Amino acid sequence: MPRTKTKIALKNNIKPANHGSLSFQDLIFKLQAYWSAQGCVIQQPYDVEVGAGTMHPETFFRVLGPNPYRVAYVQPSRRPADGRYGENPNRLYKHTQLQVILKPSPNDVQGLYLNSLKALGINLKEHDIRFEEDNWESPTLGAWGVGWQVLLDGLEITQFTYFQQSGGLDLDPVSCELTYGLERIAVFLQDVDSVFQLRWSGNESYGDIRLPEEKQFSAYSFEWADAKRTREMFDLCEKEAKSILTRRDHSAESAGKRKAPILAAYDFCLKCSHFFNILDSRGAVSTTERAALIARVRTLSCQIARDYCAANGWAEFLPTGRDASDQVRK
Amino acid sequence: MKDRATFLFEIGCEEIPAGLLPKAAAELKEILEKVLETHRLLVAPISVYAAPRRLVAMSNAILLSQADEKKEILGPPKSVAFDNVGQPTRAAESFSEKQGVPVSALYTAMTPRGEYLAARLLIRGKTAREILAEALPRAIRELSFPRSMYWTGRMGARFIRPVRWIVALLDAKLIPFKFEGVVSSDATEGHRFLGRSKIHVTGPKDYLTRLRQNFVLVDPAERHKKIEREIQAVAAKAKWVVHQDTALLDLVTYLNEYPTVIRGDFDARYLELPSEVIVTVMRDHQKYFAVEGRGGEIAPHFLAVINLDRDRAGLVRRGHEKVLRARLADAEFFWQSDQTCRLADYTEKLAHITFESRLGSYRDKTERMREIARKTARNWFDAGVHGADVGAADRAAQLAKCDLATEMVREFTELQGIMGGLYARAQGEDEEVAWGVYDHYRPVGTEDTVPRNLTGCAVSIADKIDSLVACFGVGIIPSGSSDPFALRRAASGVVHILLEKNLPLSLSATVSIAAHGLSIHPPKLELTSEMENRVLGFISERAKYLFREKYGFAYDEVNAAMAASADDLIDVRNRILALRAMRHSSNFEPLAVAFRRIRKILEKAGMDGKHAGTVDAELLRMEAERLLHRESQELAERAGKHKRAGKYKEALEAISELRPTVDRFFDDVLVMDNDGAVRRNRLALLANLLKEFSTIADFAEIAAEESKS
Repeated sequence: MPRTKTKIALKNNIKPANHGSLSFQDLIFKLQAYWSAQGCVIQQPYDVEVGAGTMHPETFFRVLGPNPYRVAYVQPSRRPADGRYGENPNRLYKHTQLQVILKPSPNDVQGLYLNSLKALGINLKEHDIRFEEDNWESPTLGAWGVGWQVLLDGLEITQFTYFQQSGGLDLDPVSCELTYGLERIAVFLQDVDSVFQLRWSGNESYGDIRLPEEKQFSAYSFEWADAKRTREMFDLCEKEAKSILTRRDHSAESAGKRKAPILAAYDFCLKCSHFFNILDSRGAVSTTERAALIARVRTLSCQIARDYCAANGWAEFLPTGRDASDQVRK
Repeated sequence: MKDRATFLFEIGCEEIPAGLLPKAAAELKEILEKVLETHRLLVAPISVYAAPRRLVAMSNAILLSQADEKKEILGPPKSVAFDNVGQPTRAAESFSEKQGVPVSALYTAMTPRGEYLAARLLIRGKTAREILAEALPRAIRELSFPRSMYWTGRMGARFIRPVRWIVALLDAKLIPFKFEGVVSSDATEGHRFLGRSKIHVTGPKDYLTRLRQNFVLVDPAERHKKIEREIQAVAAKAKWVVHQDTALLDLVTYLNEYPTVIRGDFDARYLELPSEVIVTVMRDHQKYFAVEGRGGEIAPHFLAVINLDRDRAGLVRRGHEKVLRARLADAEFFWQSDQTCRLADYTEKLAHITFESRLGSYRDKTERMREIARKTARNWFDAGVHGADVGAADRAAQLAKCDLATEMVREFTELQGIMGGLYARAQGEDEEVAWGVYDHYRPVGTEDTVPRNLTGCAVSIADKIDSLVACFGVGIIPSGSSDPFALRRAASGVVHILLEKNLPLSLSATVSIAAHGLSIHPPKLELTSEMENRVLGFISERAKYLFREKYGFAYDEVNAAMAASADDLIDVRNRILALRAMRHSSNFEPLAVAFRRIRKILEKAGMDGKHAGTVDAELLRMEAERLLHRESQELAERAGKHKRAGKYKEALEAISELRPTVDRFFDDVLVMDNDGAVRRNRLALLANLLKEFSTIADFAEIAAEESKS
């Protein structure tokens, strides 16, 4: 994509970014280096549209089952309804999360997290840092956990969650999920008033790089997206996901020969979620329908989680007293 | 020998949600006192404290061990225990072995069933250390929290957040136990950033001192005081008045281990926003205290409570100011963008906001509310209530829910109603209408105020009655703790408004209007009359409760008045007041006793009281019954006149004059006569009497003095 350089004129007249502080990309490097040193696999962003880092397969699948794992990755996350055409200094169609999964959650997990802030050069005694209750839930993923939002001088910079369920299944061991809001942290570190003023690299600003994208995708989600076609795409993706999950059932007799590509089904589940978000931002979903569409995505994700556990032989994670093959195949 | 020790117990935890701390501490106290009492170790109440990272219990003295206990154990009967020459038998020996007491130390004890062999045992008391080592981990498990979690695996314990350390000491000695992998010790943790880690302590006093040195004020009262003091100091210096907010003060008390107040400023241009918006943004989102200038106007400053001893580099203040600026900028944007169209234009968008999946959208609800609000205001107007305005009620009901579709309320839901009122006023709606919208969620609790004007009252009642009728209609009926639509609060709110504002209203008619509205507007649901009665019964229950608990009326007076009729609560209250005034006159309670007797007789005879039958004067044989018949008719007429004039006390006085006649009737007349016709006639006489005289209050509900306790 050819990059359009746009000069951003923002309402408040802006002081230049604090050049002594970390650039946006340096912030990412630092956090990745820190978590790499804590034994995390450094993964790459997922290449399907997601609304949050939690939807990356490296979280959704890895937290299931008994195997320990540590991973960190950057995940650009699309929230069509939050788009503001690049005109709001804090809200974005697509923001950047850095997601860390620690499985099992270590005893000193809060300390590990706070050390990552130190690694960014934040002096913890000079700031008001607190953990305030915030319980997290993703209805489309059948996932929830309890934890906090971490506030830095009143600014929410991280979501800190002890996962209790994902895909509708109890998790054991419990994973800890840390989700850094990178733009917010960068705005804080660079002490600028708008996301778009952030220094991304040595000489490019966040606005230089991302503003056209914000404008175009905001316009698309709010004005251009065709509700009927988007709905059809939702239906199609749901069908494809279901067809994968259902076929697996038929070939169950010749088990082992033809394992169903559950990961592919999951991609379509993610696409459903994304199309739902577009419909929602387009204002094309009534509240009742909203609940129904969310339930359809959840049905898929929960089925995928169960099939994934079954395929790995983790029968103890499947719901007991109930055939794991309900819902989708009905 | 020393028999007492100090006791210290600290559950060290990752940050516990502030709102849950006070209750958790109270529960911990209850659990521990119960344990110590059961084991006879308690000598004084336990003190408990709570801070974000710890729940603490301590005592200056508990017993170090249980007292030894002497106990008599009965063995076999004497006749079995000794043979005929008085020698102990095998039975006696085995009893001796079992109890570990030599035969020579056994004795015989007299019981109601005869003489038995007995042993006196001395049971050594257990030590507090043993008992607590077992009881403390159980106490942690016993604490209950909403939304608890597990962290060591599905089979692990549940708690509100992971437990990371435990201090458990009797004097300086450890009470050893393990909980979810955490081993109890004598080491606590200071402030997360300012204090030391692994601080060894020797007992309650040392614990409190060392933690204070390490920037943790364990006692919430001390934190509360520190915050209050510092707020006052800053305010006094700057000549501000701080916006009183006890709930916020309590919250920040439990959000910080070492609270310190700092001040901050914001750009005065945001003062153009309504003060409600500024206060909400600061309070609900940032937990700041708003400040006012001397004229009571909101000032461009705030007070924040931070979890540090001071703002070392001034960075904290700068950070908080910046966050607030962004929040206010958002609010300013919403304030402007919401008003690019008129409030009424949001009605269309309400079609997309569901009230309840089976009950349609807020637009449907709005239509239903308008009808109820109009008719309610019309009733008041007809009854001569000053200021009743049908047009204003209709308009306010039409606008009431519109703000749910605005960006401001979507972002700051706690401003619902208020924003609608502010937008309405800014757009030139009548003051009456604007305040009506503004107040229509009120009262939110029994302590909250009711809407300030009649329009607000009409809309609030319309909203609440519609919710009650509609929810009952689809089976959403509160039970136990489950009341997702806060219907109890809605019903109480209706009662509260009517009583506080002295507003006449037929509840049954209003419920019928709501039910009718539900049948002609979506969802077009037909409500059975039985269901309408259930709604009315539900409101009556709340009314009874409020009459008793909020207004302090006696339960039997409330029941008596409401049993007669519960349709108009102002009327009910007048009748209760009349009852209360009459209660201690000489005739009153004896008459109540007589009425209860009549009711029992009628019940026994299988009469339901509704179908009284007619009295045949020819069949009245005895003087006493003729007298009762004649006098009850006279008195009923007199009482009826008073009643129609709203003079309930006079009516009751008239009724109570019946007492000597009733007494004489029961002295002279046998109701259950052998002659069926006479019997039926007497029953009819009594039934009519009961019916006639129960329209103000059901006297049979009055508890006479002797039966009250």
